Amino acid sequence: MSKQQAYPKPKLVPVPSTNIIPERDADKSPILECRHLGIDFGGLSAVADFNMAIGRTEIAGLIGPNGAGKTTVFNLLTKVYQPTRGTILLDGRDTHSMTTAQVNRAGIARTFQNIRLFDNLSVVDNVKVGLHNQMRYGMASGILRLPGYWKEERVAKERAMELLSIFDMQDLSKHQAGSLPYGAQRRLEIVRALATNPSLLLLDEPAAGMNPSETAELMNNIRKIRDTFQIAIMLIEHDMNLVMGVCEGICVLNFGRIIAKGTPEEIQANPAVVEAYLGKKKEA
Amino acid sequence: MSFLSNVISGISLGSIYAIIALGYTMVYGIAKMLNFAHGDVIMVGAYVCFFAVSAYNLPPVIGVLLAVALCTALGMLIERMAYKPLRQAPSLAVLITAIGVSYFLQNAALLWWGSDPKKFPAFIVVGEQNGVSLFGGQLRITYVAIVTVVACVAIMAGLIAFTGKTKMGKAMRACSEDKGAAQLMGINVNATISMTFAIGSALAAIAGVLMCSAYDTLLPTTGSMPGIKAFTAAVFGGIGSIPGAFLGGLLLGVIQIFTQAYLSQELADAIVFAVLIVVLLVKPTGLLGKQIQEKV
Amino acid sequence: MKTEKKRRLRRNTRRSLINYAIVIAAYAIVQALNAGGNIKSSLQGQLVPICAYIVMAVSLNLVVGVSGELSLGHAGFMSIGAFTGIVAATALQAAIPAGWVRLMLAMVAGALFAGLFGLLVGVPVLRLRGDYLAIVTLAFGEIVKNIMNILYVGIDEKGVHIAALEGSRLVLSEGGVPIIKGPMGAVGIAKLSTFTAGFLLVLVTLFVVQNLVDSRAGRAILALRDNRIAAESVGLSVTKYKLMAFVTSAALAGAAGVLYGLNYTGLAAKKFDFNTSILVLVFVVLGGMGNIRGSIIAAALLTILPEALREFADFRMLAYAIVLIIVMLATNNPTMQQFFAAVMEKVRGTFRELFQKSGETVKGGGDHE
Repeated sequence: MSKQQAYPKPKLVPVPSTNIIPERDADKSPILECRHLGIDFGGLSAVADFNMAIGRTEIAGLIGPNGAGKTTVFNLLTKVYQPTRGTILLDGRDTHSMTTAQVNRAGIARTFQNIRLFDNLSVVDNVKVGLHNQMRYGMASGILRLPGYWKEERVAKERAMELLSIFDMQDLSKHQAGSLPYGAQRRLEIVRALATNPSLLLLDEPAAGMNPSETAELMNNIRKIRDTFQIAIMLIEHDMNLVMGVCEGICVLNFGRIIAKGTPEEIQANPAVVEAYLGKKKEA
Repeated sequence: MSFLSNVISGISLGSIYAIIALGYTMVYGIAKMLNFAHGDVIMVGAYVCFFAVSAYNLPPVIGVLLAVALCTALGMLIERMAYKPLRQAPSLAVLITAIGVSYFLQNAALLWWGSDPKKFPAFIVVGEQNGVSLFGGQLRITYVAIVTVVACVAIMAGLIAFTGKTKMGKAMRACSEDKGAAQLMGINVNATISMTFAIGSALAAIAGVLMCSAYDTLLPTTGSMPGIKAFTAAVFGGIGSIPGAFLGGLLLGVIQIFTQAYLSQELADAIVFAVLIVVLLVKPTGLLGKQIQEKV
Repeated sequence: MKTEKKRRLRRNTRRSLINYAIVIAAYAIVQALNAGGNIKSSLQGQLVPICAYIVMAVSLNLVVGVSGELSLGHAGFMSIGAFTGIVAATALQAAIPAGWVRLMLAMVAGALFAGLFGLLVGVPVLRLRGDYLAIVTLAFGEIVKNIMNILYVGIDEKGVHIAALEGSRLVLSEGGVPIIKGPMGAVGIAKLSTFTAGFLLVLVTLFVVQNLVDSRAGRAILALRDNRIAAESVGLSVTKYKLMAFVTSAALAGAAGVLYGLNYTGLAAKKFDFNTSILVLVFVVLGGMGNIRGSIIAAALLTILPEALREFADFRMLAYAIVLIIVMLATNNPTMQQFFAAVMEKVRGTFRELFQKSGETVKGGGDHE
């Protein structure tokens, strides 16, 4: 047998070349790269041929009309749904066959469009659940109250309060999460996601239900989070002021397919995007 | 020949389970609750028929009709009194209430009708015979078995037609999908649920009469084990599915009779339940159940 | 920061400490009354079962209330524990004369065995959700009951022998003793369980469950109950923590089974049937889901209640059923909740008035709220 291995006839696939990331991140590989990502629901293709790259410190936006498949993309990235086709590379690692929990441990954290908090736990405990995988003590230390329990619980508590302070929520720490006002619940979800120490944070409509001044504050906070934690953020949002104000790269979805990619300025000037949102102009 | 006779007993027992399971599945599909009292409605139906026939000497047909009528009323009453107030409550609260209703029916029956077993009369007879003998007496098929199987198939066909074709049936299907949306479409959800309980309880009464005709002893606790088994059958076939309940019931009956005949009398129940566990592990929604994806 | 931490600890621990205090106080009172001969013998016979049921209820609460999974087969684990414990206690009779040591070892054996079965059942089954899990645990309980019913176990100088289906298959040498005889169950058991042992087991159970819930793992279990998808999204493994609650609960139920089994000279497998599982579930639900103190109180009261109602023997189960339905309606129906709240407010108001009046006339009467 010869040592040289004969390659089977290769299947040719196009290399994603349309992916864009901010220049400052260009010297490093993108934190996330999706190649030909797609999913079918009962024969209907909900997302198809989704290609995207996000730089290590980029704030990226995913926009599109209702039902375009934006949340489905998030669900694919976090493996709530297993993709039918395509590859997700997280920091160069293929997340194929990972579960939602494993993807989180690998570095993706998210919030949900319809808020999903641990309603019966206190605010600080919600954050501590986010810190769960950074704590090490086992079941026995917990039951027998060994020194590891006391030490790690103290550290976790301090860390949780620190994270809550991003949104000035320290005073709410003992409240039940489910009893918080809507805006605070959205913010707590972000804090909880941050607690898992992600390298990519996915925000699903973070400004939904917020008034203009709250949205403006959120905008600042999103930037602040990126700057302090040096992570990438990808957000789905319908509030165009927020998207255009905070995002560096924007991706527009319609009917499960990307119809445009570019900077906010490019997107605003793109006729395909205008058409997707407002419909085709009638011929005069 | 004993094999054939086991097949027949299996199908006959399975048909009884299937009739109960059909009621269970209807109620579960729409009210989304485990009605643990269902088995005890079977028992009440059997007692009503027993007293009608043996104490008041009414013709068996009247006895059955009386049992069906009373159980229908009982089912609707239980729903109205115990379950309807808990429409918004957590499912566990409803479950415990159903267990309470089950205890109530059993103990009320115990007080009223006593704890001594009643010998159910064989009333499905032609002439003096309670069955037909084939192959020179080697194989015997009781009329009860024949009636049971026929009734079971008829009921299933009827239910499929009812839920598929009639306005009320469609309303039921709508309620089982989404009560809120059904209400907005002008469907009277409360009436629909009540109707479901009525149908389920009527089926329970029929099952009770048929079961006691086939196995002749009647006790206040008679209904509970068949109730659990039938529920298992409904889950086995895929709960909420009418053909599933039918299939699950038949399979359960056949498995039970066969293990009793060829493996072990004592272990029959254990094996039936073990098969259920295996089926659920391989196909978590039962044989004909639909997969429901949680919306994120 | 420092003072706040202290306050949090106090608040989190306070609830647990009160539970220990209640149990210890109850034990002290019962012992004092007992010394004075003030406890009816019928109630005395209930003391160990009450402890066993408290352990059952608290452990089931870990699955149903804390972990949010419905289990209808808890008695199955109790059964496994009980018969393992009985065999262990009998087998060790010669080697260890001290009864309490044997009881303790039997409890450990029972807990380990039940926990092992919890693991075997839990691994495949905890993938199922909601009502499906309920029906599978129900099936498990029935299977255990059936198998225990055909099991023959005996012991001779060569060791423990096990046979199934027929007693004649159990071949023992001259000095051999049968321990479990199929449908007849275990016979001739040395009664080892005492009220004090039961009391200690309740304390251990409280210690395990309360500390587990108030730890990293417990938070994970609670988070999974509140929102499974969110919990997964922050990196929690569903199976690991569901299993942790389930197995811990099964092991404690096993220990409770040993306590219960070694309290009688004979015990049949059909004691641990579906109705027992339901009974324990009723304790948990009436005591409040996830509420440990509620489970303790409900288990104790509802075990005594039927005994206390013995004069109304025929009606007591009927009354029990009616009480169960009414309590469920009263605690879960909005209209009834309002009604009861209004009634309570009225009662409270009347009391307040009464106290205010008496406060004017009787010195020190105003100390009440």
